[in-house]
Parts: sequence; C-alpha cells; structure tokens
Amino acid sequence: MNTLDTTLHAGEHGHHGPAKGIGRWLFTTNHKDIGTLYLWFSLLMFFTGGCMALMIRAELFQPGLQLVEPGFFNQMTTMHGLIMVFGAVMPAFVGLANWMVPMMIGAPDMALPRMNNWSFWILPFAFAMMISTLFMDGGAPNFGWTFYAPLSTTYAPPSVTYFIFAIHMMGISSIMGAINIIATILNLRVPGMTMMKLPLFCWTWLITAFLLIAVMPVLAGVVTMMLMDIHFGTSFFNAAGGGDPVLFQHVFWFFGHPEVYIMILPAFGIISQIIPTFARKRLFGYASMVYATASIAILSFLVWAHHMFTVGIPLAGELFFMFATMLIAVPTGVKVFNWVATMFRGSMTFETPMLFALAFVVLFTIGGFSGLMLAIAPVDFQYHDTYFVVAHFHYVLVPGAVFAIMAGAYYWLPKWTGHMLDERMGKLHFWLSFIGVNITFFPMHFIGLAGMPRRIPDYALQFADFNMVASIGAFIFGLSQLVFLWNVIACVRGGEKAAARSWEGAEGLEWEVPSPAPYHTFATPPKLPESQR
Amino acid sequence: MVRITTITIGSGLGLALFAASAQAEWTVNLTPGVTDVSRSVFDLHMTIFWICVAIALVVFGVMFWSIFHHRKSRGAEAHNFHENTVVEVIWTIIPLLILVGMAVPATATLVKMYDSSEAELDVQITGFQWKWRYDYLDHNLDFFSNLSTPREQISNEADKQEHYLLEVDRHLVLPVDTKIRFLLTSNDVIHSWWVPALAVKKDAIPGFINEAWTVIDEPGIYRGQCAELCGQDHGFMPIVIEAVSRDDFQQWLADARADKQRVTAAAERTWTLDELMQQGEQVYLRACAACHLPTGEGVPGAFPALKGSAIATGEVAAHIDIVLNGKSGTAMQAFRDQLSASELAAVITYERNAWGNSLGEAVSPAQISRLLEPTTGEAEQ
Repeated sequence: MNTLDTTLHAGEHGHHGPAKGIGRWLFTTNHKDIGTLYLWFSLLMFFTGGCMALMIRAELFQPGLQLVEPGFFNQMTTMHGLIMVFGAVMPAFVGLANWMVPMMIGAPDMALPRMNNWSFWILPFAFAMMISTLFMDGGAPNFGWTFYAPLSTTYAPPSVTYFIFAIHMMGISSIMGAINIIATILNLRVPGMTMMKLPLFCWTWLITAFLLIAVMPVLAGVVTMMLMDIHFGTSFFNAAGGGDPVLFQHVFWFFGHPEVYIMILPAFGIISQIIPTFARKRLFGYASMVYATASIAILSFLVWAHHMFTVGIPLAGELFFMFATMLIAVPTGVKVFNWVATMFRGSMTFETPMLFALAFVVLFTIGGFSGLMLAIAPVDFQYHDTYFVVAHFHYVLVPGAVFAIMAGAYYWLPKWTGHMLDERMGKLHFWLSFIGVNITFFPMHFIGLAGMPRRIPDYALQFADFNMVASIGAFIFGLSQLVFLWNVIACVRGGEKAAARSWEGAEGLEWEVPSPAPYHTFATPPKLPESQR
Repeated sequence: MVRITTITIGSGLGLALFAASAQAEWTVNLTPGVTDVSRSVFDLHMTIFWICVAIALVVFGVMFWSIFHHRKSRGAEAHNFHENTVVEVIWTIIPLLILVGMAVPATATLVKMYDSSEAELDVQITGFQWKWRYDYLDHNLDFFSNLSTPREQISNEADKQEHYLLEVDRHLVLPVDTKIRFLLTSNDVIHSWWVPALAVKKDAIPGFINEAWTVIDEPGIYRGQCAELCGQDHGFMPIVIEAVSRDDFQQWLADARADKQRVTAAAERTWTLDELMQQGEQVYLRACAACHLPTGEGVPGAFPALKGSAIATGEVAAHIDIVLNGKSGTAMQAFRDQLSASELAAVITYERNAWGNSLGEAVSPAQISRLLEPTTGEAEQ
C-alpha cells in the first residue's frame, strides 16, 4: 500500500505533470516520455525497413529483373539491414528499458535523465542523414550492412561518408543509453532488492549494456579507419597500399558478433518476464538464467571469426572458432530448458503476449539449431553466404528479437496506456505474423541448401518456386504489421480499463503502481512486495 | 472479415504454387556432390541435422505436452517448484557431450579439406568485377569466363533457358581423378568462388592468395556462383566447370593454346571500320555495358558517361590509355590483359563512333598490339 500512497502523492503536484505541446517531447527528461519516443521511433523505422524488405521480396518474386536495377537492389538490402538493426530492434529495446527498468527496480527515473534525452534525440538526425543518401548522386550505401572493405572504401559511392557519420552518431547514442542503464540498475534499486533479486529483464539489459560499451567503440573505430582510407590517403584496408582487407572483417565482426547478442539478450529478458506470468509459476532456475546470460555474453567475444570461415584463416584458427561457437549452444540450451520447465506443471493461459512468447521459444530455437549447423566449419563452406544464412539470422531476429519486442509491447501496453488490448485483434495479429514469418523464412533454408547465394537480385530457375513462396509470405507478414499499428493506436485511445496488476499472474514492482502509470512513480522508494522479498 | 481474408490469401497462395510447380523441381537439400570431400560434408550435414531434429522433438514435445495438459482452462493448478540443481547440471552436461560427438567428425573433415599438398594441377583463379579469370599455371594458358546469358532474358524480353544465369562463354575445363589446387585472389574487391558439387567455397581477396583443392570423380558440368557481395553485378558472375577425362583434358589444352595463337595472329591483318564496329559492340556489351550501360550514358555519380565524354571524343592516346591501364582508385579496370589486341581496338573504335560520338576514325589492332608488347608502361606515351 505504501507504494500507492507515494505515487498518488506525487500526482497531486500540478507542476510535476508533463509540459504542454511539442516542448514536452523535445525537452523531456522523463523516462516514460523518452521510452515512448524510442518506441514510436523504432516502429517508424520498422515500417521503413519493412518497406525496403518488401521491395526486395517483390523483385525476387520471379526470376529476371522486373522492378529495380541491381545497383538499387543492393542499396535496398544494405539500408534494410542497417535500419532494422540500428533503427528498429536496438531502439525498441532501449525504449522498453526506459519505460520498465525504473519501474521494475522502484526508481523514480533513469539515473542520468538529461543524457537520456540527448541519447534519443541524436537518433532521428542520424537516420535522417543515413536515409538522405538514397537521394544523392551515386545512390545510398550499396555494400551490404556488413560493409566489407574494399567494396565500402575504394569502390563505394560518395555517400559512404554520410553513412560513416550516421554510424558514429548511432554509436554515441547507444553508448550513452547503455551507461544510463548501468548507472540506473547499479545505483537506484529499491532497498532490499539485491542483484540476485533483480528482475531478469533488468539483468539481461545490464549485461547487454556492458556489451554495448565494449563493442560500439570498435564499430566507431572501423568506420573511422574507412574514413581515413577514403579521404586521408591511409591504407588500412587497401592491399595495394600495403593494407589488409581481412583486417576489416576481423574488426567488424569483433563488434558484429556481440552486436548479435545485444539484439537477443534483452529479448531473453522479456520472455523470462512473460512466461512465468502466464504460467502462474515462478521462473525455473533464476540463478542459472543469470549465469547463462553472462556466459553467452562472454563467449560472444570469442567467436567472431565464425563469420569468416571462408576467408582462409589457418586450420588452428578455424578449429578454435568452431569449438568456441559450438559452446554457445550450452548456455542457450539451458535458457530454453528453463523456459520449458517454467511452463511444466504451471497453470497456463494464452493471451497475446504469451502467444508471442511461446512462438519466440519455438522459432528462436529453430534459429538456434541452424546456428549450430552453421558453426560446423567444414559444412559452413556450403552454407556460408547463402540463403541458409539468411534464413538462420532472420529466424533469430524476426520471430526472435522482433516477436519478443511485440510480446513485451502487448504485455506492458496496459501499464502504459491504462487500457487492455482487444484480445481478438491481438490474436489476429499473432496468427497472421506467425504464419507469415514461417512462409517467408522457412523456404529460405531450402533455397540456401539448393545453392542460392544471398544478396543477388536475380537467380537461376531452380530457385524460382521457393522464392515465390517466400515473397508471398513476406507480404502477409508485412501487411499484418498494420494490425499491430492498429492495436497500439486502439489501446492508446481506449478500451477496457486495466487494473494495476493487469495480468492475473504478473509479479513485480511495475504491477504495484496504477495503470496507466502516473507521470512520476516511486518519488520515494517503495517496499518490496512479499513475493520478491 | 477474417475468414474472407484467410480464404483469399489461401487460394491466392494455392494458385501461385500451382503455377510455379510447372516450372522446376523443389530442391530442398544440399547436393552430395562429386568428390570425396563433398560427400563427407554432406554426411556431416545430415548427421547434425538429424541430431537437431531429435533434440527438437524432445524439447518441443515436453513444451507442447505442458501447453496441452497444464493449461488453466483444463483446471491445472500451478506447482510451486522453481529450482533443481541436479536437473540444471544434467541439461548442461548432456548437450556438452552431444557437442563433443559432433566436433570429432567435423574436425576430421576440416583437416582433410585443409590438406592441399601434392597437387598435380594448379589453377589460379582471379576474381574481377564481374567475371573470373582462370590461369593454368605451368601450361601457358589463361582466359576470362563471362556470363553468357543474353540480356534479353534477364530483362524478360526473351524466354529464359534452362541454365539461365548459370552459363558462361568459356568453361573452366578440368581433368577428373586428378588432385587440382586452386589459388584464389582478386583484382578489385572480395569475391568468393563457390561450386557446391565440389564443396569448395573460398574467398578471393585482393592482396591474398588463398588455397583450396579438389579431386573430381565423375565427368560432367558443375555450376556455381560468386558468393560474396562484390558490387552491382554480383549476381551475374557464375562459374561453370567442365570435368573431362585426363586424355580429353590434354587434347583440350593443346586446342586452347592453338586458338590463342590464332587470335594473336588476327591482330596483324587489316580490319575495316565496319568489322571493328561490329566486334566492338559485342565486346562493349560483354565487358563495359554493366557500368557504362548499353546506351553509353553511365550512372551519374557512380559510373561516367561515354556518350559525348571528353575521353571518348578527345585525344585517341588518352582513350587507349584508360582502357588499357584503367584508372586507379576507381572501378575502371585495366583491360590490357583481359581482352585481345583486336578486341581492344574494336571496343575503342566502337566507343568513339557509337551513340552520336562520330569521330569516324578506326583504331587498328596492330596499333594496340604494339602497345601490348612485353615492356609494360609503354602505353603511357
């Protein structure tokens, strides 16, 4: 009860409410407002990147060039990847963290609220700059989201410089966001909430934040080396000047592989919040979940060259990276087993957030299996840079990360808006997405094994059938996201009033405050609820 | 409304599938290939696939059993257990053992793939934007291999043939039952040479020489593609291997060398302007049109136009220089080793007399072949 009193008390002061007009959003230091900004921005980018994906799938519907030129096709694959990774998935997780971390640990706000404002407002400018390259002479970056040198240096379009600065800005934003989350979790926990009582979403985000701080400077370093090669006559990656194109890949993937886990660890956290709620049973193996997450994070620094099995690294190197990569299956397996054990002998119901969470467990695991297959170096020679890889990483990123974000959005929307979701529309969105995602990405395993390389605008006739299927699936999946948009808007505008504890089995401090959460929560520290003591 | 959408999508999908299945077969798996290594790779792939299927059956089995039986609507009560160290240890150890089981055959296969010693034939493979150059080291023979699918098929103005996008003008001819070592490098960006039937995929990287090897068991045609994004025409640089018996290979080598001499000799006779223009157009479409476009208009900001350009309508020496030696720091390659003297003369003549460029002058193959004489750098003047 103590909790409720303090929040009501805070609400009495008029000057504590949000400012009026556009100024509220431009100058806000409120974690809820900033969380909202991040989430809407991410949704906008999700639709932008999605339109590019649909353009790619439309061109690949049939063999032959129908809609776009090969040069533009490459710009689409590049921009789709960059926008989805840096614009959709990462900001969505930061948005969720902004909204939920302070409420989960009983803090009044993020530890560094002004920096919080800045780390968001950098993003629209970074992406405006990156997307503007589409309209420049020579076109947008066309060298893939992995931008391997020398294709991205000596042979790049002039717009590559804008791309480099945009990446720098995104990196600054991510690092500041990560510092804020670490400072908040380490310093602002309610008394009595020891680290091993921290909600798992906060744990996974804490570990993710350390990964971000470790690898974003590496990304900044590699793009700066590109900048030097392009404009200042250095030869880091130019073989003709004594440089080394393979060095680029080592540096890039030293960032790139931890980046992959940056996009999945917070998803693990969300799923670990949702499954116990709808199974009405505490998470199985809390401690082992924490240790597994930490092990995955540490291993992520030791496996980068598994993206480079075909560049000709020596046998000993191949073996090391193969074994290290296979090891990741162990902690990842532990997490999946724990989720299943949480469901076992629970009392389950299947509201929209739970449906997305269950789909996550199944489809992410399928992505994990193809990941294990890809880890086997001698077989990877056949899989590498084919649609099998495309299928693999889309399985872990779309029904993996994206489904987890949607599950989280549906789970916490009542807390954000004060309204329950229309379950019928939620289930419609789920089933359309679930069917669409599988029709899109499952056939890609087949065309990859049959021999279709990735990033090609046109293909041989034996790949035609499954490409057509995948394109149909992509349009089903893409269009069904309009239902998601509809659901979010409908939930903001009205609906059944949500209780403070919006879901029957929900546990945690965020469910102790009213729905919608008042503008300021926990101005004084609450008492930990019985279940968490 | 929901039902109507489902039915429409369902029938649409059915129709599309029906129409598509008339076209080709539904390949769903890796090829076992035609070499010892490719078969080991295939076996490894299938073994790991079935292990994954078995694990999936167990994990998803328990999950779906719980979803079915432990649901609130069936009156299930939540049990209050949430920790068990023994179980946690068991499901950490068992996957670890399975992984060790996978690592053993994987290591054996990898060690085999890395042993390129005692090769009987060395072929150097160089990636170019967007073609491959094959050099039979020790046999004084090298040539380029370009996509031969006509543009009309790609732009849907003609019916696509069986080997659409997987056909080239000159096959890489290799003998069977011979250990062949490939030495891979690149002239510009990173490419990756991949032939699924041999289970060989290796990156061709500028400044590096990578090794791979194969022993082909059966004569036949094996097709592959570039696997590393290498720019605009990455999807249009296929690989075609023609594996022949050892005797046929020797015969082919002799014929190919004789052909090469005939082409060199052709440069010495006098060519008419029409002849040059005719051959020039063919060469242009094969080697230049990808960037400068068939209309010579280029792509603003990326590839300069030739139509009305200062070089293609100015001093002939400067024009010859840029075609022969390329322009460093740009995508413009040096074509002196890629085309024969008569092809070079023809394409330069064509560029100076097509699309409204009308200098009326012909560049003779003899003139070019003097510039191609051994001492490099002569073309500067």
